[in-house]
Amino acid sequence: MTDARNDVNQIGLTRSDYRGERSTLCPGCGHNTISAQIISACHEMDLDPTKIVKFSGIGCSSKSPTYFLGQSFGFNGLHGRMPSLALGAAFGDTTMKVLGVSGDGDTASIGLGQFKHLIRRNLPMVYIVENNGVYGLTKGQFSATAEKGLELKHQGKNPFLPIDIAKEALIGNASFVARSFAGDPKQVRELLKAALSHNGTSVLDIISPCVSFNNREDTLHSYQWGRQHQAPLHDISYVPTRNAIILDEFEEGETKEVTLHDGSVVILKKLEHDYDPTDKWQALKILEEAENNNWLVTGLIYVDPDQPSLYDYLNLTEEPLNRIEADKLRPSAETLDRINQSMV
Amino acid sequence: MKKDFEPDQANSRQKADKVNDFCMTVCSVNGSGSATANSTLLRSLFHMGIPVSGKNIFPSNIKGLPTWFSIRVSKDGYLARVAHDDIIVQMNPMTFEKDLDYDVPGGVVFYADHIDMPIHREDVVAYPMAVKDLIKEANVPRDLRDYMENMIYVGVVSQMLGIDLDVLHDVLLRQFHKKQTVAESNFEIVKLAADWAKDNLEKKDQYRVETMPPLDDYIMTDGNTAGALGAIYGGFQFCGWYPITPASSLAESLVTFAPRLRKDPETGKNNFAIVQAEDELASIGMAVGAGWAGLRSMTASSGPGISLMTEYMSLAYYSEVPLVLWDVQRVGPSTGLPTRTAQGDLTLNYFLGHGDTNHLILIPSSVSECFDFGWQAFDLAEEFQTPVIVLSDLDLGMNLWMTEKFEYPDQPINRGKTLWEEDLDKITKDWGRYVDLDGDGVPYRTVMGNRHERAPYFARGTGHDEFGNYSEDPDVWRRILDRLKLKFENARERLPKPAVRKFEGAKIGLIAMGSTEHAVIEAQDKLLQVGISTDFMRIRALPFSIEVEEFVRGHDRNYVLELNRDGQLHQILTLDYCDMTHRLISLSYIDGLPMTAGYVIESVVEKEREYHD
Repeated sequence: MTDARNDVNQIGLTRSDYRGERSTLCPGCGHNTISAQIISACHEMDLDPTKIVKFSGIGCSSKSPTYFLGQSFGFNGLHGRMPSLALGAAFGDTTMKVLGVSGDGDTASIGLGQFKHLIRRNLPMVYIVENNGVYGLTKGQFSATAEKGLELKHQGKNPFLPIDIAKEALIGNASFVARSFAGDPKQVRELLKAALSHNGTSVLDIISPCVSFNNREDTLHSYQWGRQHQAPLHDISYVPTRNAIILDEFEEGETKEVTLHDGSVVILKKLEHDYDPTDKWQALKILEEAENNNWLVTGLIYVDPDQPSLYDYLNLTEEPLNRIEADKLRPSAETLDRINQSMV
Repeated sequence: MKKDFEPDQANSRQKADKVNDFCMTVCSVNGSGSATANSTLLRSLFHMGIPVSGKNIFPSNIKGLPTWFSIRVSKDGYLARVAHDDIIVQMNPMTFEKDLDYDVPGGVVFYADHIDMPIHREDVVAYPMAVKDLIKEANVPRDLRDYMENMIYVGVVSQMLGIDLDVLHDVLLRQFHKKQTVAESNFEIVKLAADWAKDNLEKKDQYRVETMPPLDDYIMTDGNTAGALGAIYGGFQFCGWYPITPASSLAESLVTFAPRLRKDPETGKNNFAIVQAEDELASIGMAVGAGWAGLRSMTASSGPGISLMTEYMSLAYYSEVPLVLWDVQRVGPSTGLPTRTAQGDLTLNYFLGHGDTNHLILIPSSVSECFDFGWQAFDLAEEFQTPVIVLSDLDLGMNLWMTEKFEYPDQPINRGKTLWEEDLDKITKDWGRYVDLDGDGVPYRTVMGNRHERAPYFARGTGHDEFGNYSEDPDVWRRILDRLKLKFENARERLPKPAVRKFEGAKIGLIAMGSTEHAVIEAQDKLLQVGISTDFMRIRALPFSIEVEEFVRGHDRNYVLELNRDGQLHQILTLDYCDMTHRLISLSYIDGLPMTAGYVIESVVEKEREYHD
């Protein structure tokens, strides 16, 4: 695909129309890379920023939604409880794309319950975890994703095994699970596009190094470790429906295609091994192997494009609920007469 | 209860025959299926035109523990609990002895004759009921026997008190939703038991019922059903909820009624969504999200759930998100008494949240007012862009009450200051989400999906300026908090005014809120009979309006009656009217049961004696 970075896209917007305010995170923070890729992905997908709504919890990661999509509504909620906020808001207008940004402190501790229940309901939304293994805003405490044996200044050595967000998602019956690395922006961007097209909760666990508190070269959430140990499952490309002709560019036998709910296609080019992201057993196995072998496995770990979403259960009107006229919301006086008659 | 049932002085002096004026308690084992039997008795009395109320005093248990159902019959229309029973229907050997102590001298006990226990009261009339024999005689299938035993007491009691069996038959048909065979098989047992009583029991007591003029303006239901219906007629669009006693049936009533009432007539699709959340942290989060997105949003819970909701309510207050939160109060602190009633969450709710937080509170006293506040709460929440808490309680929410028919809303739905694309086009001023354009403390809001280029903003619980931008500026913080206070102050006169019931020359004020109204009105009448004239003000909303202040100032002594230990309504009154603390006297207590008129009378008389000594 062409680099559309500075082009006017199909809906007449330039990349800068997708920007937000200037980041106040530390220079070099992985989160800034992810914000940049959100901007690029939305621009390249020709998404209308007024049809996207952003949410976040509490922590460094959760500050980032002000740094992208300045023309979108957003709500910065409570620690670990962005999923419930996003879920309630999503019903306001189910035609909008929902994008949530969380961190490992936000998702893997207080947020674990809401994270799992969001997944279980399969609300159509992108749920990004900017995962750095450390609490940044409170200056360097262990998070629940910190590896066993990690040593941090003032904190000593972490004695506990970590929570693996991708595994939690998978076991929680997530319909879309990906892991990526902020040091691999192209992969982040392509995964984001696939996630934005998926009709369900898309979990993106992105290792996003904290340059201030947890970036020693030998630690699991650092840039250097990530670069040395990244083991992509495949080379991922996102192809929107209208560019179907591009599909021909990929050699048969070397790729696996997954068609998403909106007709877009994710093309996964084979690297060292065959990997089928629609096979949950294989997905669980690869995560376990990765942990045992110190690989940073990245790519689309699991996807089930056909799992019903929360909206499918609720028989909602086509018209966005928040635009329904007041007079349609109040049943007639005759219906109340009947209720009164039934209650004697 | 309104003036329709002014006490009939002549009748109440007749001691010989007690007609339409007694309390009957059915004592049974939880899970034995007595609810249908009790409701049949209650509704039959109601259909005979006799004012009646029912209170289920039940354990936090599914099966096996004792449970009591009290039916108060009052020709004068008094619906409050009374502390003693005139008639006991005893089906539970476990509580046989103790329950008997609650019977008044000259009272009655009907008991299942297989309960082989001595009756230690000689001043009561005892009627055995041949429950097991009659069930055997009727050839009831084994799996229905325990349940049908309850219909035996329905028959015996009806015969002995004079409940019209034709009316009872109609009620059974209604209760079983016209499933005729089920209704008939129940009625068969009732009839069998009534005939048995006619042949075998000799009437020795004074209690009986007589048909009164029909109660045409009244219905019979509970406050949680009413609250849900109110919400449906108020245009609710989203409810996130989590089960908790005694609030579950409010959300469950939405689940029952909304699909029938709120489908789009053209497409047959729902214009609402209800989601059972994983806990109260999530149910309030969902409600805040939906309220922010422009939906009429609500949740319902009780004390422990409200505690969990605190942080999101603080965010909703500060980020100015409208939503409606029902607190159907049970007894706290802690898990407390989950199946008993209280008014102990007032201060919790009024200040719910950290930092400076205040919430608007509506307090219904009757089932029909639960309906009214059910829809009004949405208008107020959206008018003031803030949460509105409706403070109900277990007694009101879960018990069956006779109540005035639901009245169709007399005001159109008010969505408050919400701007859509065409509205923003017209606004030439420098609009921002938190700019106070009108100087009344209430800004104009936009909601997601509004595609106007000026519409979007980033909502947050962190410090923000008038345009929603992050700010740690001391002046900005102070300015925004002061505006929120202005908004709160301006709400005082827009909320429901207190209801005042006056007697001539009264220098004593009685102040109460919520479902204790019924005990206070009854006490007011009875206090007058012993020469104590009182005025009664029922608080219907917080913060208080000017009328509340005037009432307090207009009385030498105001007794504040409420069901909590610390006198929470009294606390808030003394906070607001610190110059009048000498006029405000707390008469609060909590034991888990609804307030009685007896308590009000005794405690007021005692305090008055102190003042006159």
